[in-house]
Amino acid sequence: MKLTLKIWRQSDAKAKGNIVDYNVTGIEGDMSFLEMLDVLNEQLIAKGDDPVVFDHDCREGICGACSLQINGEPHGPDRLVTTCQLHMRKFKDGDTIYIEPFRAKAFPVVKDLMIDRSAFDRIQHAGGYISVNTSGNTIDANAIPVNKDDADDAFAAATCIGCGACVAACKNASAMLFTSAKVSQYALLPQGQVEATDRVLAMVNQMDDEGFGNCTNTGACEIECPKGISLENIARMNREYLSASLVTK
Amino acid sequence: MSGLIQSSIARKVAMALSGLFLVFFLLQHFSINFISLFSPDLFNEISHFMGTNPVVQFLLQPILIFAVIFHFVMGFVLEIKNNKARVVKYAKYNGGANASWMSRNMILSGLVVLAFLGLHFYDFWVPEIVYKYVETNPELPTRYYEELVHKFESPVRTGLYVLSFVFLTLHLWHGFASSFQSVGFNNKFSIAATKFAKVFAIAIPLGFVIVAVVHHLNH
Repeated sequence: MKLTLKIWRQSDAKAKGNIVDYNVTGIEGDMSFLEMLDVLNEQLIAKGDDPVVFDHDCREGICGACSLQINGEPHGPDRLVTTCQLHMRKFKDGDTIYIEPFRAKAFPVVKDLMIDRSAFDRIQHAGGYISVNTSGNTIDANAIPVNKDDADDAFAAATCIGCGACVAACKNASAMLFTSAKVSQYALLPQGQVEATDRVLAMVNQMDDEGFGNCTNTGACEIECPKGISLENIARMNREYLSASLVTK
Repeated sequence: MSGLIQSSIARKVAMALSGLFLVFFLLQHFSINFISLFSPDLFNEISHFMGTNPVVQFLLQPILIFAVIFHFVMGFVLEIKNNKARVVKYAKYNGGANASWMSRNMILSGLVVLAFLGLHFYDFWVPEIVYKYVETNPELPTRYYEELVHKFESPVRTGLYVLSFVFLTLHLWHGFASSFQSVGFNNKFSIAATKFAKVFAIAIPLGFVIVAVVHHLNH
């Protein structure tokens, strides 16, 4: 398979980037998208050019590190997969593919296709946890009965890998789906109730401080999320936030 | 509470609530207009009541005007803030792959509806205010039907009204259904609520179009 790649190149965070065209050959349909970029980089290095920088780690679709906007969609044209699980059989010989970093003011480019997603970390740090003393006195989680539906919904929310596809897909660069998943995974469980009020206020305030946009319910985030995180989480976070705002001084 | 006013969620809820209020107003406005097709006398009677009742004139009308202005101003504020959240745009952005045209172009359909409101105010509201409060003419309870019919003599004006209602449908198609999500309503009844909102988004503007076209054709 021969492909024309239009890739965003940017030497560092302060540089002005631009799209650069590359022709890559020897691509097999069974290769993953990241393996295709590996082949491109080998060809670039062989020519003495600077390889394209991109984020990756597990290459199993569970770490959330790979984050590429492919032909205008986060993680490419396939559904419920990350970039590393996207296979080249989804493309045809001779195709032109646009590859860009996830774009948001809160996700500044580090280099080429690699972005800084520490804004998500700071939202998590603001309240995405429960305070439990586990030093030598770990409590069996199963000791607290949990409604099966709530447990399933909490688990579904907890499958969010924080890749940032929701932000990338949203026309407003909103982080509501990510934040709501992290709020929901605790709000649905009895262990999360103790800090529920402070949690949702702190996480939403941090989300706003990071400069993400406002949600306008387009639903693009849910469609593009590789883990299928539901919009129900956003509605739940809205309820949690409003009720928490009314009871907090 | 202080943080609530400035939060993204509060803005979203405020947009939804003002939108829901305007949806309710649309239903009421349509009901009265639709009556004009069947009973000019009843239309005159209701219009006279709405035009002279102090509660409607001096309480509900200012609330409505505030809701309209708030909805549009907040819409523009959010659009500006959202544009700032992505400074460098994508070279290729396939928005149609994951979201409807209506949901991605609320500002465009909103601007058309805003322009229509300007025309509508020029046609009906401004002359009404001038007639009653500037020229202080004596109240004629039978004048409303004639004024309504007269406005739809022009095919250009009727066409503009029809076009505007197409954009109102596009605006309501996303806006009404998504207001439920904004206020935190997403449960087993959401599918039915969304279907109701989409039927409303077509039926009410279509009803307004029928009123305009029938009065135009009756000339």
